[in-house]
Amino acid sequence: MQSILPDNASKIKHTKKAAPLKIIGSIILHAALIALSIVALLPFFWMISSSLKLDNEVFRYPMRWLPTVYHWENYRVIWTRVTLGTYFRNTAIVAVTVTFMQILTSSFAAYAFAKMRFRGRDTLFLAYVATIAVPWQVYMVPQFIMMRKAGLYDTLWALIVLQSFSAFGVFLMRQFYLGIPNDLNEAARIDGLSEYGIWARIILPLAAPAVATLCIFTFVTTWNDYMGPLIYLTKDENKTIQVGLRRFIQQYTSDYHLIMAASLVSLVPVGAVFLFLQRYFIEGIATTGIKG
Amino acid sequence: MINAAAAKRPRMSKLEKRNTLIAYSFLAPNLIGFALITMVPVIFSIMLGFLKWNGGALNTITWAGLDNFRELFKRFDFTRNDLGVTLKNTVFYALFTVPLSIACSLTLALALNKAARAAKAFRVIFFFPYVASMVAVCVCWNFMLMKLGPVNQLLAHVGINVNVSWTQSRAYAIWAIIIVSVWRNAGYYMVMYLAGLQGVPAELYEAATVDGATAWQKFRKITLPMLTPTTFFVSIMLTIGCFKIFDVVQIMTEGGPGRATKMLVNYIYQLSFTELKYGQASAVAMALFLIVLAVTLVQFTIEKKWVNYM
Repeated sequence: MQSILPDNASKIKHTKKAAPLKIIGSIILHAALIALSIVALLPFFWMISSSLKLDNEVFRYPMRWLPTVYHWENYRVIWTRVTLGTYFRNTAIVAVTVTFMQILTSSFAAYAFAKMRFRGRDTLFLAYVATIAVPWQVYMVPQFIMMRKAGLYDTLWALIVLQSFSAFGVFLMRQFYLGIPNDLNEAARIDGLSEYGIWARIILPLAAPAVATLCIFTFVTTWNDYMGPLIYLTKDENKTIQVGLRRFIQQYTSDYHLIMAASLVSLVPVGAVFLFLQRYFIEGIATTGIKG
Repeated sequence: MINAAAAKRPRMSKLEKRNTLIAYSFLAPNLIGFALITMVPVIFSIMLGFLKWNGGALNTITWAGLDNFRELFKRFDFTRNDLGVTLKNTVFYALFTVPLSIACSLTLALALNKAARAAKAFRVIFFFPYVASMVAVCVCWNFMLMKLGPVNQLLAHVGINVNVSWTQSRAYAIWAIIIVSVWRNAGYYMVMYLAGLQGVPAELYEAATVDGATAWQKFRKITLPMLTPTTFFVSIMLTIGCFKIFDVVQIMTEGGPGRATKMLVNYIYQLSFTELKYGQASAVAMALFLIVLAVTLVQFTIEKKWVNYM
């Protein structure tokens, strides 16, 4: 519609103008990001700072962002108050087992929902999605009664069985699988690969980012689970870190500095796993994303 | 029987049968566990809604019909009735948490998508609140929102004087819950949006640039429409999550002060574990489920109007 020449000319003018604007925009953008990071991290900074103070120093007017004297011994004291080590071990056992089970069963089941045609698929999938909408608290009582009948009460098995089969995992994996072109399946079928072969050799490797995503989400959810252990575990040697920490808080209500120290320690393993996995996690999302 | 079924729908071919069998073998490990651990208790709890039971021996269960529901809706209002109050609180909470979380996570994702420098580091930082354990985070926020805590002292610097502990004030407690929820949600859903943004073809922006579109026009006409599948997913997950809210409340305020932050699920928990009224608890649970289902169905029916799939 327009001749090529003026269009090109306006484009050149446009880019020349944009250059300094872009730099300013970039500075503003990064400044905003730094400000938002401070908001996101403020509680953790305050947690660290308070954990190194004395209890009467935590709430002081005017407040101090940093301790006057660093009381590192707070981190020694907390281990003598409650059995944090046992809590950690129990949580690790549950979190690792549940994560492994969820990835295995979810990625397997999602394949049928996303890549196969069979009778009852849509009805079954609807039932799955519908149960995501059912809060766990709705059926926790009947579930609790069933688990107690099965002799799993006050064992770590209860928590493992409880969380190993999630509808959310299937839903998430299915969404990822849908983004993988069906041509791949067709080609593999023509080449004589069985459905299990396609899952193992083509779809699962392509869905590695989704697996990493599910992995981190499951691990975090299980590690942070509070209600499950609260209802199912009574003996102290069976407790996980969340209920253990809660017990600590209730026992030493006004030892703000110790509560903050124990809270921080409870965050370390999950934080470390996150930092270690986030690379795969974010790279995965960058290459495929939710829609593939 | 077989003949009747065969007459109703076309017979499965051999291949179809084989396929169905293979499909169910894929489903089996998850489906069996899921059916036993989740579906059976869900059905059991639906039945409980029509029964009267305090958790004693099975032969103490009696049929209640609609009594549980009648009991709940007796003198129903939003100021005195437990169900009404918790329903009002939950809706209020969701009404602010869902849009605020979407706005924050989308803003973070857009900013990160533009920022070339240290984008990875920022992603890690923003996501971290979601990773951090609830008990630790909630107790930390509780302290931070105390009368002499850092939040009030910071607010005083900009002329806003809040001379109460947030979680102990009727007016502020629910906002404490909302703030903590949005702070936690933002990073999580940011990741969803980042994934969505990666799926927007660069050619669209290039074409728009050639056509002389402004940044705002590109955002309105390309980014937002292309992100609708993500927004759809995010809004459903958020809404469901909001109605399921329990942990933050239980740890930070235990529903208080009074009933100011008591949510539907807290009420269910109270009915089942402190008052041992399993039937009534299940009746509330079913009400909660129906609400969530209705919200989801409404979102699914309007999906076609605003969601663009490529």
